[in-house]
Order: sequence, then structure tokens, then C-alpha cells
Amino acid sequence: MSDSVEEAGKRLPAGPDPLLRVRGLKVHFPIVKGVFVDRVVGHVRAVDGVDLDVARGSTYGLVGESGCGKSTLGRAVLRLVEPTAGTVEFDGVDVASLKGEALRRERRRMQMVFQDPMSSLDPRQSVESVLMEPLLAHDVKPEGGVDAHVRRLLDVVGLPGSAAGRYPHEFSGGQRQRIGIARAIALNPDLVIADEPVSALDVSVQAQVVNLLEDLQEQLGLTYVVIAHDLAVVRHVSDTIGVMYLGMLVEEAPSDDLYATPRHPYTISLMSAIPIPDPDVEDLRERILLAGDLPSPANPPSGCRFHTRCPFRQETRCDDEVPLLRTLAPGHRVACHWAEEVADGRITPAASAFDATAVPTEA
Amino acid sequence: MGTGRSEELDLGQAPGRPGRAAYDGPLLAVDDLSVTFTRRGRRDVRAVDGVSFAIRPGETVGLVGESGSGKSVTALAVMGLLPGRGVRVGGSVRLEGEELLGASDDRLRDLRGREMAMVFQDPMTSLNPVVSIGVQVTEVLRRHRDMTREQASVEAASLLRRVGIPDPVRRLKDYPHQLSGGMRQRALIASALACRPRLLICDEPTTALDVTIQAQILDLLRQLVRESGTALLMITHDLGVVAGLCDTVHVMYSGRVVESAPRRPLFGSPRHPYTGGLLASIPRLDAPRGAPLHPIQGSPNDTIPWESGCAFAPRCEDRVDACTTSAPALEVRGNASVRCWNPLPPPGRTAAVQEVRA
Ligand SMILES: Nc1ncnc2c1ncn2[C@@H]1O[C@H](COP(=O)(O)OP(=O)(O)O)[C@@H](O)[C@H]1O
Ligand SMILES: Nc1ncnc2c1ncn2[C@@H]1O[C@H](COP(=O)(O)OP(=O)(O)O)[C@@H](O)[C@H]1O
Ligand code: SF4
Ligand code: SF4
Ligand SMILES: [Mg+2]
Ligand SMILES: [Mg+2]
Repeated sequence: MSDSVEEAGKRLPAGPDPLLRVRGLKVHFPIVKGVFVDRVVGHVRAVDGVDLDVARGSTYGLVGESGCGKSTLGRAVLRLVEPTAGTVEFDGVDVASLKGEALRRERRRMQMVFQDPMSSLDPRQSVESVLMEPLLAHDVKPEGGVDAHVRRLLDVVGLPGSAAGRYPHEFSGGQRQRIGIARAIALNPDLVIADEPVSALDVSVQAQVVNLLEDLQEQLGLTYVVIAHDLAVVRHVSDTIGVMYLGMLVEEAPSDDLYATPRHPYTISLMSAIPIPDPDVEDLRERILLAGDLPSPANPPSGCRFHTRCPFRQETRCDDEVPLLRTLAPGHRVACHWAEEVADGRITPAASAFDATAVPTEA
Repeated sequence: MGTGRSEELDLGQAPGRPGRAAYDGPLLAVDDLSVTFTRRGRRDVRAVDGVSFAIRPGETVGLVGESGSGKSVTALAVMGLLPGRGVRVGGSVRLEGEELLGASDDRLRDLRGREMAMVFQDPMTSLNPVVSIGVQVTEVLRRHRDMTREQASVEAASLLRRVGIPDPVRRLKDYPHQLSGGMRQRALIASALACRPRLLICDEPTTALDVTIQAQILDLLRQLVRESGTALLMITHDLGVVAGLCDTVHVMYSGRVVESAPRRPLFGSPRHPYTGGLLASIPRLDAPRGAPLHPIQGSPNDTIPWESGCAFAPRCEDRVDACTTSAPALEVRGNASVRCWNPLPPPGRTAAVQEVRA
């Protein structure tokens, strides 16, 4: 990929020809009860109607509290879990329509990096066989032979060739994540979905892996979806960020815009809650505290799903009318009825949002 | 949903103890603490190695460092909660002048209920899963504050309400597994606060929680320190948490304190290469996008024993010859104490040098 194309991929919004196009995606998990006969008593609406585009060569960051559906969304894109509704188009092809050999071929082009490489690496497999496995599974014969390919992969992720004969447990967390990344790129994919790729690592090691992912993107022209609960990491790596709440996308914007002018009350609160390692900044910051916990995705609140915790909630519309994603600025979409009023200060947070001991009354 | 009336976090002044001479030293003084795990057939592990720090009432002290640097073991040693066998503890831990190392189990148990309390990362490990939240909190109140059953229930409900647990009377009947992670951590804090401790140790209290819940809990702790004069020891690997909460910070590496400083100089002009390296390696939410990260090379396992030099030497960019031949001592430099043969330059000169480093 030439420099100019890569630049364009990074700068432009998804544009007319995204690598990944997700429409109306839903993943509902049945909740099953019963002693003799299983009965479906409800559904966990893990992902509940998501539309998003990921531009070629760009990084799309997905953030939100644990349980909001980030991993499920990533898995549904790769068809590791079957979507309940909606479509996933990869490079212009509806992934659901693919079968057999065609599906296998498309799968090669999409890979995943997991949070804890240890749980995804078989402890009895040497690094070499971990890295050879995808080649054998897809019957790929790399130029120069498998051995050379394994060594090249190790080199690309910053591990010595001698790592090939060793086992995952002999490595530190950061090195294991490098092995996980090497496996993900073994088949030269186009899209890599990285699910919390650094959150299990020590602070001083996280930056190594972040830099590695960025270098690989540049070298190999990869497109990333990076899933993380750490908004600082996501902001660092992403061109575009999507913020999820209870299975839905509530805001999406270019990374810089999202930080400079967050518009959804959830994003505003989330951003204000993230500690910044600078006492001068911390002392001046005003935190907007959210009451209570994330509601159950099996029984999401009516209207705006955020209304039970929203410090900006209004008497009208919030409780009974579902806010749609609206484009408020180029590439900046927000699902809040009152986004304009929140942005210009006509609506301000409730006083209780500034006091941790203010107790929410039961709804 | 509506939000209830905000209430003063009246957790009561920790009362002065009768029958004790006026004492105006620090509430907690840890001196040259060392903890060695000994197991037959294995090499001794010196988890904590000559650690010293003090905390005054109303002060928040941070202990930061990567996993395995000895933070939790330090806290457990202070609380007298290390296992009885296979551990050698040296140095001194004094609470208001009273030596705790070597104190009897009875005395320590008494102090743990009355004067000091600890909150762990995983509340499930310290809440009893088969006892309701209410009983766990009222027990502390009855044992340590001599309350009747009725008084204790009223007080327990009020404690839960003050830590932000909705519908506290009903929650008292709940068992730990019926609460969410954030609510459980609040319940644990409520039970730690029940005895109005003068020293509260929080070991990664929010690491397992979402940042919106973390913000609530940190705000609560901040308020607690301000209003009741509790001395708080905050253990965390998150420098952001430290920046907003702690007065003084001790950075640990491989069992030793490598830098101690008030938070402003620590963040403004770190002197130890490890502290500086950490700050340069973390992405900041407010940093311009594209600002490069400068990782510390290697991993926390790449150490050399302190006896033969600086444990950080294998990863250090500022290493000089002395670093691998003899151990640096903790020395006062400006308003920090630094354990390093070749520390980062002091404020005025930082900017220029950092440009070169970058
Ligand atoms: N295989 C599954 N079966 C049932 N529920 C699931 C399954 N996977 C995830 N969930 C539920 O779906 C919701 C979203 O989960 P997840 O996608 O893992 O969130 P995140 O990655 O944002 O933390 C959660 O409530 C979770 O419990
Ligand atoms: N019960 C134990 N037995 C042996 N070694 C231990 C024990 N507890 C902790 N350690 C060791 O002590 C060191 C410090 O651990 P810890 O204080 O838990 O680190 P931190 O809290 O900073 O992550 C580690 O190397 C750990 O392996
Ligand atoms: S629609 Fe209402 S409840 Fe939802 S985010 Fe906007 S103001 Fe808050
Ligand atoms: S003593 Fe040497 S190796 Fe250790 S931190 Fe200082 S410069 Fe680096
Ligand atoms: Mg997840
Ligand atoms: Mg610990």
C-alpha cells in the first residue's frame, strides 16, 4: 500500500468503500430455564442494532463499560457467534452468504487478537506449532518454506528466532501477546480485531504492544478494530471511535473530535471519569458521576437506554422515545434527544452528579 | 429515576484514644520493613526489602509499582495479615508509636477492628459469602463500637447509604453474590469504615471495576479523608488514580522504594528513570493523538538482585557502569528521595534533556 493511500485511509471518514460495513447487527443470547425441558425465558440483548463502517487501513476503536457488548460485536463480525439479525459486509461481500471454501477464504482475511494470549494458546504447543497451525489449517505454503515464515513472523513481532522451540509459559505476558499477534498475522489478513489487547499487561509493557500494533498496521496495511475499556488507549490508536452502551452505539466520531467535543451524556461522563496522570489537570477537572450500575442487557430500560443513569435526563422523550444516531458534525453521530442543548449548555447535569454519596432512589 | 438528597458523609471524627500520652508523630510509621518468603527446597523470595514511609492523619499516601513489586505484601505486613509460617519479617511498623511487628495476635485483631482496616481488590475474598451484608457490618459495630443489635442495624443501614448503596435496608439482607461488583466494593468499604478506622489501606480497590464506578469510589474515599481525617494508604498501578488522590507517592520496583516524592514534583519532574519511563509509556486521554509512546523495554521479570546492582538496570536507558556493580541507596535530591546512580535531571533542565531523549 502506497503512502498516499494509507494517508487517505487514515484521514477520511469511512467513505463509499469501507472494508467492513455492519448494518442492523443484533446478537441476542437466549436465557434458558427449566428442569426437564429447556424453556427460553428471555434474551440477553448483547448487541442490539449496530451500524458502523470501518475504512480500509484505518483503526476503529470500540469502547464502553464491561458487558456493553463490545466482544460480542467483534465475535459476530468474525462469525464466531451467529448474529440474530443484521448484515456484516466484508470487502463488499455479505459474510452470511458465504459457505464452505468461500467462507474459509474470507475468514483467512479476518483475524482476532485476544486479551489473554495464554488462554488462547495451547500450553503443550511450541511457539513454532502455534504459528504453523493457521498455515496448515488453510493449506498455505509460504514462499521459502514454513520454517522461514515462522522466523519472519517472530522477527516482525520483535521476538528472537530462538523463541520458536519454546512454550508459551516460558514467556512474559508482553511476549505472549506478541506471539498472539504473530499468529493473527500469519495468514496476512486484511482485518484484525483486537479485543482488549493490552489490558492484561503491566503498565510499562502496554506501550510496547500498542507500538507494535501501530507498526504492523503501517507495514502490512492492516485495518483494525480495537476493543478496549481503556479510552486513553483507544484514543491513542484509533482514527474513529464508537462508544457503546447496553448493546447500542451511542456516539461515534473521529478520535480527536470525540475527545475535544464529546456530545453524548454517557461519553461526557465516561471521559470525565478517566483519571489523567497529571496532578495539575486532575485538580481542575470536574467529574460527572453516574448513579448506580449498568442495567441488565436482558431487560434494558425503555426509551433512551441511558436514562436511568443519565445526569442530563429530561422529563420528556428520554424515558419513552428511543433516540436514533443523528449526524451532528462531519463523521460525528450521537444518539441523544438533547445533544444540541447539552452541547451549548442549555441543559446541565443534575447536582447529584457531583457527589458520590448522593444515593439514587429506586426507580 | 431521581436522585436522593445528597448527604454529608458524616463518618465521625476518629475519636482520640483515652489513656494515651499526647502523640504528634505520624499515625503510621513503617521503617526498614522487609519481608522474605522462605520455603523449604526453594530459594528465599525477598518480596519487600527495606521499605520506609509514614502517614499522618488526613494524609493520603500512594504506593505504586507493577505487579510483583511488593505493594500487597507491604500492606499485609502492616495489617499483620501475613501467613504465620514461611515468612520472615524485619524492621518496624508503628501505629501511633506502638510497635506492631511481634505484637500478639489478639492485640492485632483488636487494632484491625478498631484502628485500621483494609479494602482488597476483590471484595469476594474478604466478604463472607454465606453471611448477609447486614450481619457482616453489624458484627463489626457490635464488637468494636459496643452497639446493641438495634443500634448496629440502624448504623449499618446508614453506612451503606453513605457509601452510595441504594435502598440500604433491603440490601442489608442480601448476600455478597447478590450485589454487583461495584456495590460489593462499596459494601466492603462500608464494613471497613464501620469501626471508624484511623488508618485505611486500599489495595487496588477499583482495579476490577469500570471507570465510572471507580470515579464514584475514589470520590467517596477523597471525601472520607477530608471529613474524618482518616490516614489513607492507596495501593495502585494506575498513575492517574495517584495523580488525583495522593499527597505523597512511593514508587516501588522489585521490593524496594525507588522514588518518593510529593505528587506534583513526582509527576512534573520524575527523577528516577523507572518513574519517568512509566509516565512516558502511558497514553494520556488528553495527549494529542499521534504523540508517540516511549515504552520501557523488557518486562518486570527482567531484574537483577539488588545485592549486585540496580534491579531496574536490565531495562534502564540511563544505565551507567555503577548500576550493575553496586546497589544505589535512597538519597534525598531536592524534594524527592531517589534510588539511582544516574537520576533524571531536576526540573529546570528537564525539558531540554527530554527532547534529546525523545
Ligand atoms: N455466550 C454468551 N451467552 C450468554 N450471554 C452472553 C454470552 N456472551 C456474552 N454474553 C452477555 O452479553 C453481554 C455483552 O457481553 P460482552 O460482549 O462480553 O461485553 P463486553 O465485551 O463489552 O464486556 C453481557 O451481558 C454478557 O453477559
Ligand atoms: N505467599 C507468598 N509466598 C511466596 N511468595 C509470595 C507470596 N506472596 C507474595 N509473594 C511474592 O512477593 C512478591 C511481591 O508480591 P506482591 O506484594 O503481591 O506484589 P504487588 O502487590 O506489588 O503486585 C512477588 O514476587 C510475589 O510472587
Ligand atoms: S436522550 Fe435523555 S437520557 Fe438519553 S442521553 Fe440524552 S439526555 Fe440522557
Ligand atoms: S541506578 Fe542505574 S540502572 Fe538503576 S535506575 Fe538509576 S540509572 Fe537506571
Ligand atoms: Mg469484552
Ligand atoms: Mg498486589
